[in-house]
Amino acid sequence: MKNLLSISDLTLDDLTAILDRAESFAEVSRREIKKVPTLRGKTVVTLFYESSTRTSSSFELAAKRLSADVMSVKAGGSSVEKGESLRDTVETLSAYGPAAIVIRHPNAGAAGMLTQWVDASVVNAGDGMHQHPSQALLDLFTLRTRIGSIDGLKIWIVGDVLHSRVARSNIEAFQMMGAEVTVAGPPTLIPREIEKLGCKVEFSLERMEEADVVYLLRMQSERMEGNFIPSVREYARLFQINEQRLGPRQLVMHPGPVNRGVEIASEIVDSDRSLISDQVESGLAVRMAILYELLAGRPVEGGEGPSDPLPTIGAPA
Amino acid sequence: MMRVPEEVVGRGPEPLVQRGGPAADLLVRSVQVFDPGSGIDEARDVLVEGGVLSSLAAPGTIAPPEGVEEIDGTGKHLFPAFFDPHVHLRTPGQEYKEDIETGSRSAAAGGYAGILAMANTVPPVSSPADIEALRHRASNDAVIPVGFLATLSRDMEGRDLVDMAELREAGAVGFTDDGLPVTDAGLLRRALRYQRMCGGTIALHEEDPSLSAGGVMHEGEVSAVLGLRGIPSISESTMIARDADIAGYENGRIQVQHLSAAESVEAVRAARAAGVDIFAEVTPHHLCLDESCVRDLDPSRHKMNPPIRTAADREALIGALLDGTIDCIATDHAPHARQEKEVPFEAAAMGVTGLETAFSSLYTHLVLPGTVPLETVIEKLGCGGRAFDIEPFAVVEESPANFTLVDLEAEWVVGEDGYESRSENSWCAGERLTGRVLMTVANGQVAWRLRSFSLGVA
Repeated sequence: MKNLLSISDLTLDDLTAILDRAESFAEVSRREIKKVPTLRGKTVVTLFYESSTRTSSSFELAAKRLSADVMSVKAGGSSVEKGESLRDTVETLSAYGPAAIVIRHPNAGAAGMLTQWVDASVVNAGDGMHQHPSQALLDLFTLRTRIGSIDGLKIWIVGDVLHSRVARSNIEAFQMMGAEVTVAGPPTLIPREIEKLGCKVEFSLERMEEADVVYLLRMQSERMEGNFIPSVREYARLFQINEQRLGPRQLVMHPGPVNRGVEIASEIVDSDRSLISDQVESGLAVRMAILYELLAGRPVEGGEGPSDPLPTIGAPA
Repeated sequence: MMRVPEEVVGRGPEPLVQRGGPAADLLVRSVQVFDPGSGIDEARDVLVEGGVLSSLAAPGTIAPPEGVEEIDGTGKHLFPAFFDPHVHLRTPGQEYKEDIETGSRSAAAGGYAGILAMANTVPPVSSPADIEALRHRASNDAVIPVGFLATLSRDMEGRDLVDMAELREAGAVGFTDDGLPVTDAGLLRRALRYQRMCGGTIALHEEDPSLSAGGVMHEGEVSAVLGLRGIPSISESTMIARDADIAGYENGRIQVQHLSAAESVEAVRAARAAGVDIFAEVTPHHLCLDESCVRDLDPSRHKMNPPIRTAADREALIGALLDGTIDCIATDHAPHARQEKEVPFEAAAMGVTGLETAFSSLYTHLVLPGTVPLETVIEKLGCGGRAFDIEPFAVVEESPANFTLVDLEAEWVVGEDGYESRSENSWCAGERLTGRVLMTVANGQVAWRLRSFSLGVA
């Protein structure tokens, strides 16, 4: 695997390999010295054209924990503001010989375009409303860690599906792992023909009790042109996940950032049915696994891998 | 050598302008002449003297007069030249994309002997002086006859009518805000009413911006998967229905441009059944592609407005071409520079080039698989001027020579040898096509030859 652009580029084996790898990195994160030398001497560039807290910080930290040199570029305050094109910016950064470029961009397909211009591995950290594969992977990891298996789970994705790259990645990823996916929300926030992806569509939460997991999406008002819903108040009344709507055995996930009191009631965020902070924690291990898979690669078939692929820095060789 | 006059073709203020140049003296020997309009489909010797097609005789019977270039047409086809009513020449203001010389040469390379240029330039073509300046420029630069439309609203702002009568006197072939829809129904109504006095067909880019709402591709399965804002088919079809009603009410003539959706085909059928004087265009890319192509997120080849729609829409367009609901094939040749296309899909400019590949793409995608007869493709590429009272070219004796010589066996890769257009955003870039234009004679002048063919090695 050279690049991570979209969940649909991955096989079930690829998914499983990353999740298994993430488990060993989760173990590393519990060590006193949380760093391994795997990517020593390699450079990872993170290039963010959109604001981000979770994704950018966890990719940066993941690269550092793997001992890579990390260079973080944000569109604000860079030559992007002076009108430099994506291609020119990327080729400029390529001159430093990065092993990987992690990019977030407001337009679909931006990460894919990079692969035509650079030799580095490209990791899509979110492209427009298209894909956010590392989010889907960390969500799978979170669920697998909590429940054991995703196969056969009923997962409801609730909210602003129309503007969500997370929804598009997760519908595919959940289904690949054997889950049954339903998307629910007001009809104006559910894209036409989304059912062609194999999911069911609901315009109310009446039948949500069947769900094992409720995956909430934030209202992406920054991507909306015009009024997609009459009011946030009405939305919250019809679709907010709160104590009345969430059963005792149902789990809640959310990619963040959370808008308390809109798509989710505050008490649910803080309840033990919420996996939201688990998701953040998983993000680090999964992003370490992604960088490892792309840059350190799997051992050659039949050949011998390193005896200990994850020695702690400073440990005797 | 005889000179062809600079201003030619048509009537009234001559609608089309071409640069002066040497008149062709040619003998195309034993070529398969195929002109469905004139009912010819047989091998002939075709003699052109002083730019006039002087003789169509049995193969091998014409003795070449002195000074006449002899071309072996064995195994080649000679069609009446094509006419494209929908081309963006980008002059004035955006000559980095295209100009009259490169655009008309690109058309000649595709077998065209006449094109009409849209008015959405920078600034837009809104005044008689603009039209006069363009016509003057064309009389120096256009390698084939070119006509110019003016905008419908002043500066394409969608508010006030242009001086339609004066623009007609200056030579405007018609009126269009193409690139933008005429959203103000009252403005369109007044233009159609005024048209009774001064003529000038109104060409309409049909799109309701409140429905297309910033969309970048067809709204449907693929847009749902890619997370791209969609342009629903109804954004086009509802405007066609509205505008056809207005045209019917005012007894005016409209040409609806670049049909893309099955619903639009139905709207045109209904309008025609109601007696509306309506003409309809379709592009080669809408006839050859469906929305699945956008999955590659390549804006250079696959981003345009209206967007490529579903396989069912494509079928409906082909059906409408065959049954005559659609009058002509127009390329909507829309050149853009590399930096406007080498950006993510949503950020890229709308439009693709199509002049150089129109015939070959249709031949490859529609004729060879048996979907559309060659005859239909030749006819529909030829009659694009009809809405503007410009009759299709014909291969008949004693008429100005307007034909294209084509090798139906030749295969070529689009863009491999570059483009005649200044821009390279061809929708079939990199594709291997069958059928290649070797030479085009436009209004009696040799407007273009394939380089290898001119060296005699084709």
